[in-house]
Amino acid sequence: METLVEVLEKQSELNEAVQPRLISISIAGKRYAVPEGLTILKALEYAGYRLVRGVGCRGGFCGACATVYRVADDYRLKIGLACQTMIEENMYLTQIPFYPAQKATYDLRALRPAGDVFIRFYPEILRCLQCNTCRKVCPQDLDVMRYIAAAQRGEVDRVADLSFDCLQCGLCASRCPAEIAHYHVAQLGRRLYGRYRQPLAAHLSRRLAEITEGQFDDELSRLQRMSRQELESLYAQREIEPEETTPAKKDED
Amino acid sequence: MPYPECMHASLLAVEATRARRLKETMPRMSLAAKQQVLESFHPDYRAESFRPLAVGPNRGDRVPHELADLLEARSRIDPAMFDVTRIDYDTDVLILGGGGAGTAAALTAAEQGVRVLLATKLRWGDSNTIMAQGGIQAADKENDSPAQHYLDLVGGGGFVNIPELARALVTDAPAIIRWLEELGVMFDKEPDGTMRTVHGGGTSRRRMHSCRDYTGMEIMRVLRDEARNRGIQVLEFSPAVELLLDESGQCAGAILCDLETEEFFVVRARSTIIATGGMGRLHVQGFPTTNHYGATADGIVLAYRAGARLVFMDTVQYHPTGVAYPEQILGQLVTEKVRGLGAQLLNVEGEQFVNELETRDLVSAAIIRECTQRNRGVVTPTGMLGVWLDTPMIDIKRGPGTTARALPAMVRQYKRYGIDITSEPILVYPTQHYQNGGILINERAETSIPGLYVAGEASGGVHGRNRLMGNSLLDILVFGRRAGQTAARAALQTRLGALTLRHVEQYHHALAATGSLNGLIAPMILPDYTSPASKIRRQGGIPIG
Ligand SMILES: Cc1cc2nc3c(=O)[nH]c(=O)nc-3n(C[C@H](O)[C@H](O)[C@H](O)COP(=O)(O)OP(=O)(O)OC[C@H]3O[C@@H](n4cnc5c(N)ncnc54)[C@H](O)[C@@H]3O)c2cc1C
Ligand code: SF4
Ligand code: SF4
Ligand code: FES
Repeated sequence: METLVEVLEKQSELNEAVQPRLISISIAGKRYAVPEGLTILKALEYAGYRLVRGVGCRGGFCGACATVYRVADDYRLKIGLACQTMIEENMYLTQIPFYPAQKATYDLRALRPAGDVFIRFYPEILRCLQCNTCRKVCPQDLDVMRYIAAAQRGEVDRVADLSFDCLQCGLCASRCPAEIAHYHVAQLGRRLYGRYRQPLAAHLSRRLAEITEGQFDDELSRLQRMSRQELESLYAQREIEPEETTPAKKDED
Repeated sequence: MPYPECMHASLLAVEATRARRLKETMPRMSLAAKQQVLESFHPDYRAESFRPLAVGPNRGDRVPHELADLLEARSRIDPAMFDVTRIDYDTDVLILGGGGAGTAAALTAAEQGVRVLLATKLRWGDSNTIMAQGGIQAADKENDSPAQHYLDLVGGGGFVNIPELARALVTDAPAIIRWLEELGVMFDKEPDGTMRTVHGGGTSRRRMHSCRDYTGMEIMRVLRDEARNRGIQVLEFSPAVELLLDESGQCAGAILCDLETEEFFVVRARSTIIATGGMGRLHVQGFPTTNHYGATADGIVLAYRAGARLVFMDTVQYHPTGVAYPEQILGQLVTEKVRGLGAQLLNVEGEQFVNELETRDLVSAAIIRECTQRNRGVVTPTGMLGVWLDTPMIDIKRGPGTTARALPAMVRQYKRYGIDITSEPILVYPTQHYQNGGILINERAETSIPGLYVAGEASGGVHGRNRLMGNSLLDILVFGRRAGQTAARAALQTRLGALTLRHVEQYHHALAATGSLNGLIAPMILPDYTSPASKIRRQGGIPIG
């Protein structure tokens, strides 16, 4: 095991080579010197934090690492995902990995994709003040206020489309003066869209019927019993469906 | 241009060859040629990176050192001191892991009317499932069939997949897609409901279903929402640290650790399902990884100590296209869908060197060959090597706007670092991605231990020695559902005896007797990414909290 002095020496050599300098940031009110060019997540760890809350996928998909920060000489609060946002000199930051929000429970099979479905489960959406804060804090740049407006009008398709990239990080809910849990409203919209607004795939229904009739059983049993050699030669003779090169069609809406 | 000076000449070469490459396709390799490239360049063939296990059902089988270290470590629980009679939770089905496999199992078990408890390491949904972008396979188009899917599956897996598992996977696939449709998953469809499907590496038919490039996230969100609607009991921040057996040797629950209070909880369960996912965070052979923070092979460690058999643990999947530049997102995934949509792989001279839709193991090996033996990789300012993935080809081939519509997550990711993937190629290198093997199961998701079931990435056999894209999201749902069903039915008939940790004691003895007990503690639960200096400052003291 290396000693602390050796590690620090090696680090400063390294710093000269690839990471030119340490910068000062403030984590929950305490100062730390960390190499520039890190994400907030990596800077927290570099500073010695062994994270349990506020981290998950480390790749911008799970929404666990919501972070609020500001920089020196600026009163404005900014937000970002810790795993996706780079640190800046004199950044003051804290993570908000959990924010209480109420989710309605429902039986999707008993719902219809129209009318007052959103208002029924989330009446608080009518309290929206149109302050646009939710949009400003969304790390995915979603037009959150617009999908809430669409929800007020029962426009399932728009809610689903506008909210599709939502990570359910909760930042919008943390700042909303009307105490709306936007991401739960959006979830309801997307499920209604997927279940009722998009038709079930007809080719899938046909295939399911064929499977139930046992159409593939014999062929599968034959494949299951084949020797490696037989499988190899069959595999080598596979005909490969050409790639589709004509432009893909437009989205439904 | 956001790329540094030293990479400019190569970027120009990429642009110069584009018009010609539009008309060119690299031929696929013969099986013999493929084998030769794999043996020379795939990390699985580096003998010095593996060692035989000293004890347990797989004694003598080679596994990566990083995994062997954990399988030769001590438990977090001292079996002599721990009181297993203090039961905190009593349930019919205990599910370990809140990713796709665990949540599908929970929904299915709950449908059978039994009591279900799901315990997971971090937030429910923090998982590899939520990170999956590309898609999910199912043979549901006219020109396709479960048999065709079977052939692709076993060909990709090196013809060693366990036939019963392979058959279950391809046969259940269409029903899984229908289940998801009915739960309200937003698939990419034509207005009439026809699935918009594309190729993935190693597929002979276009059978990849997707939800833009957030396929796993969309599936995870919907399953979790449904499980919340059903009121399934969930314990977050409560990883399992050991399995419990009863006197007769059947699995009888697990010990959970509350990560906040550091208390240990005893769960007695008639059936236990391991759905803890993979092992990317072991960083096998020093590779970066695409996996989530908690992918530390915990389920493998728990099951192996209890006496379950592992298969194919000597093979790891490296995703050919991990980010090689910029440094901040090193190792993160560039989805295979990018290649499915038509982006080619190019060396420093802007020339193709492998058909980009070959299987992952081969594409990875070919990239490593290009960068090492042939010396035609692109070097970044920090000395990393990579090859180009020519993303602008997508819009050129399929029309402007295709990239933005099909890959919004990727466009956003690179934009943060000033790179516009619709007009500039990106730099990639292989990254540790998937645990091909795992705990051996049968087609009912049973292990050799009564009462213990496994589903998802933690299990092994269905993918053989190499998994194809889109077959894992499928696998976790097929076997998650099957595990939930089997476990719930079995629970109704199971009678448990007194709980014991004797298996842990015996495992410790066996390790000590062979001189292989190391100083480590397993399962790892979370990796330690603090700086070396901070690790040293923690040494020699006892933590307060
Ligand atoms: C970046 C990325 C992209 C991918 N893209 C695709 C794709 O396009 N198509 C495809 O088919 N596959 C893809 N895969 C693979 C696929 O997503 C995974 O293999 C699959 O989702 C694994 O599901 P799982 O439920 O088995 O495990 P996970 O989803 O990883 O869930 C495991 C859960 O168990 C929890 N856990 C771990 N240890 C413990 C413990 N000790 N106690 C309790 N809980 C524990 C974890 O925290 C996690 O919540 C991708 C994987 C990655 C990483
Ligand atoms: S933050 Fe709340 S009140 Fe403001 S616009 Fe958004 S939803 Fe409306
Ligand atoms: S809509 Fe809200 S929960 Fe969703 S990503 Fe944006 S801020 Fe996060
Ligand atoms: S850790 Fe998952 S989004 Fe940042």
